[in-house]
Amino acid sequence: MQDFFHMGGYAFYVWPAYALSLVVLMGQLWVAVQRRRKLIRDIEVQNRDPETRT
Amino acid sequence: MWIWFHKFGSPRYFYDLAGRLIPWLGGACAVLMAVGLYLGLFVAPSDYQQGESYRIIYIHVPSAWMSMFVYVVMASAGTVVLIWRVKLAEIIASVSAPLGASFTFLALATGSLWGKPMWGTWWVWDARLTSELILLFLYFGFMALEAAIEDKRTAARATAILSLVGVINIPIIHYSVYWWNTLHQGATVTKMDTPSIHLSMLIPLLLMAAAFQLYYATVLLMGARTELLSRERRTRWVAEVIRNS
Repeated sequence: MQDFFHMGGYAFYVWPAYALSLVVLMGQLWVAVQRRRKLIRDIEVQNRDPETRT
Repeated sequence: MWIWFHKFGSPRYFYDLAGRLIPWLGGACAVLMAVGLYLGLFVAPSDYQQGESYRIIYIHVPSAWMSMFVYVVMASAGTVVLIWRVKLAEIIASVSAPLGASFTFLALATGSLWGKPMWGTWWVWDARLTSELILLFLYFGFMALEAAIEDKRTAARATAILSLVGVINIPIIHYSVYWWNTLHQGATVTKMDTPSIHLSMLIPLLLMAAAFQLYYATVLLMGARTELLSRERRTRWVAEVIRNS
């Protein structure tokens, strides 16, 4: 297990590459989920209050 | 067939279909990525020249492939936008841009982290690296142009033209390693004869590539659904969807 994390001396390069990919991919997913939530809330408000409807 | 086109192009139909596909695509992505990472990090042997550092390949190459694939999707959607003015194509192009930029960024960053121990430098103005950097700027240009134009339909046509002009960069990226023989290594998988990579390394690589494709499909459909709701927010079907959610 120690060997695995050591990556034959390349741990400083291999793990940041994987960590960065995880952060970017999860980040895009998170943004997609949040945007949908926010939009649904906005449309709910818009439909509840006919004044804002055009 | 025209009826089918009409049905598929209808926002409501697309919204429901995408909603049903997302869990399956996302689930398949998670499974393939788990197996690919396991095989790539634990099972595959180390490289006889590069030792363990080569394991960056399992994210670097799929990211680089996706950076080009997403661009081709974007430019194809752009063509549809220019010829038929299909709203769904506008949405697909628009949602693809930040995803493509992310893959391009990852290809560059992971490549840099791989280049430092292997080439002794984080960056070099090699043809492959430079053309990939231009790809990143093309994505940024797309997003900036889109943000600068208020009307979404006008923005879609302007960005479609930009993406079509930029498509010239895709074959340049692909062939750069042959045209300019500099630091970046040549193709190992997409060569015409048999790939010069051992099966125990090739299988996890292809699994990761498939997982990246599925990731893109999942997040693209999620984004497209949201964008569709946003653009059609005044319609009855959206009111219905929101009421039932």
